[in-house]
Amino acid sequence: MPHTKELVEKLVDTYGRSRESMLPILQDIQRTEHYVSDDAMVEIAKQLDISTADVYGKATFYSFIDTVPRGKYVIRVCKTIVCEMHNKSGIIETLENLLKIKIGETTLNRKFSLLYTNCLGWCHMGPAMLINDEVFTDLTPERVREIIAIYKNKN
Amino acid sequence: MSDRLKRVDVILGNYHPEKYKILAGAMERPNKDIIQDLIDSGLKGRGGAGFLTGLKWKFAAQVPSEEKYVICNADEGEPGTFKDREILTKVPRKVLSGMGICAKVIGAKKGYIYLRGEYKFLVAQLNDQIDEFHTYCDKLGLDFRVEIFLGSGAYVCGEETALLNSIEGKRGEPRNKPPFPTNEGLFGKPTVVNNVETLVSAMMVCKIGPDQFKKLGIQDSHGSKLFSVSGDTPRAGIYDLEFGLSLEEFVKEFGDGDTKAVQVGGASGFCVPRKKFSQTTIGYKAGLDGDNLPTGGSMMLFNSSRSMYHVLENYLEFFEEESCGQCTPCRIGCQQLKKGIDAVKRGIRPPEYLDQLLKLTETMKITAKCGLGQSVANSFSSIVENFREEMIY
Ligand SMILES: Cc1cc2nc3c(=O)[nH]c(=O)nc-3n(C[C@H](O)[C@H](O)[C@H](O)COP(=O)(O)O)c2cc1C
Ligand code: SF4
Ligand code: FES
Repeated sequence: MPHTKELVEKLVDTYGRSRESMLPILQDIQRTEHYVSDDAMVEIAKQLDISTADVYGKATFYSFIDTVPRGKYVIRVCKTIVCEMHNKSGIIETLENLLKIKIGETTLNRKFSLLYTNCLGWCHMGPAMLINDEVFTDLTPERVREIIAIYKNKN
Repeated sequence: MSDRLKRVDVILGNYHPEKYKILAGAMERPNKDIIQDLIDSGLKGRGGAGFLTGLKWKFAAQVPSEEKYVICNADEGEPGTFKDREILTKVPRKVLSGMGICAKVIGAKKGYIYLRGEYKFLVAQLNDQIDEFHTYCDKLGLDFRVEIFLGSGAYVCGEETALLNSIEGKRGEPRNKPPFPTNEGLFGKPTVVNNVETLVSAMMVCKIGPDQFKKLGIQDSHGSKLFSVSGDTPRAGIYDLEFGLSLEEFVKEFGDGDTKAVQVGGASGFCVPRKKFSQTTIGYKAGLDGDNLPTGGSMMLFNSSRSMYHVLENYLEFFEEESCGQCTPCRIGCQQLKKGIDAVKRGIRPPEYLDQLLKLTETMKITAKCGLGQSVANSFSSIVENFREEMIY
């Protein structure tokens, strides 16, 4: 994919041609392409002069780097204890119904993915979730419906 | 609030009206005096392990090297902890001052804030603060630059050596210690890794002096401490309280009248049942800390409607997912513990099997490489021993 190659080249120019640039590069690819493809990993390895296995090992280590395609908006709902205690399951149920997907899945139009994550650091205002980088707290099924309605209207 | 539980507002209190005044003052003082003040203040790390901050700085200062680093650990991944975000949001200048003072004392030219990916929304405002900080560094003749390094959703990267590997572009897996980061840290160079709150406390010691600082807190726990309070409480939030208070007082203040247990120190910490509230104090003397135990001020309250079995199951799932998998006792141990309590609950295994699982956590404590695997025993044993019936029926 020529596009991926260009993107990686650009990122290597930005962050520098060294191993330390790997995580920032992976993060940027994740942001623009919504996952890090095999092609992208091969290209990063080539550009940074390290093995592909090394890049793969790094990419799969971090839960916010995906190696399978995800939707444009990745919803990560906290499933750690405090949010769990405050009706996390009601939030998940609402999201599954609204998006017509199960946890771990992506909508057919590639717009939304629904995932679990661990403690987001908003326990006092749980249940909490992230949509890409944006945080949503004090969730109720009603609030989730409002939020998703807004995102459905976004490009 | 009751007297003993007074809010001291040391950490989150207002800024000095003159920007970076404390840093400017520190620039005029000999390094050894600042280190001595920190040691005298008794300040211990707020990230969990509780190492004396003054000693840490002293070790890094002693090693001759052209290249040294100061790292602010803002990975804040321990369940039930959310105070570092509050500090970085409300008083980022205090954190940067602390980093600047550390850089001056140890002779570092470069610093990183390792910010968890979940807090990415803070990057823009922090970068503005960093830019301003750099102009003050230049004015004060401090050759020091700070950069944000963003994590990507891995709890173990909060462990200081895993954090270093992560910045170096390796998998974020903990290293063997020794060597300690103060000798061989980032890129093999002397490095101080401090928690966000520790850096602010160090700056406070410079501001008010070790004697004043020591007056806060009780017994061996000096200074104030931010507590992240959550769970079954009508008053969830972040509180700047004196270290060393008893759990009974804490529950009186924060409980919902029906508190059955308090988890102190997050999933890696200890679960204290109601009958032990009066004999437990929160602080370093309380036996609630040990090496590598992240007691970062997380306090989660559970009332009697909660199943402690589900609580433990939730923790074990967390550990199983967050284990870096590097060493067998932790990788396999976490899985086996989770399967084990499930088997007992469903009657597939007899209740005595819990004792075998307890032994397994003891083995993990001794053989696991880092604090993650080592501290699983804390919550496991304190829940299984105090709530055994709930594990079985
Ligand atoms: C699994 C694990 C996760 C940790 N996470 C954090 C963290 O998020 N923030 C932090 O400051 N310390 C964390 N620590 C403790 C650090 O390893 C280190 O002790 C601390 O950053 C030192 O700073 P301090 O002396 O100022 O506390 C963690 C330790 C372990 C074992
Ligand atoms: S104890 Fe667990 S998290 Fe720590 S190094 Fe071993 S496998 Fe990794
Ligand atoms: S438990 Fe959900 S944000 Fe901490």
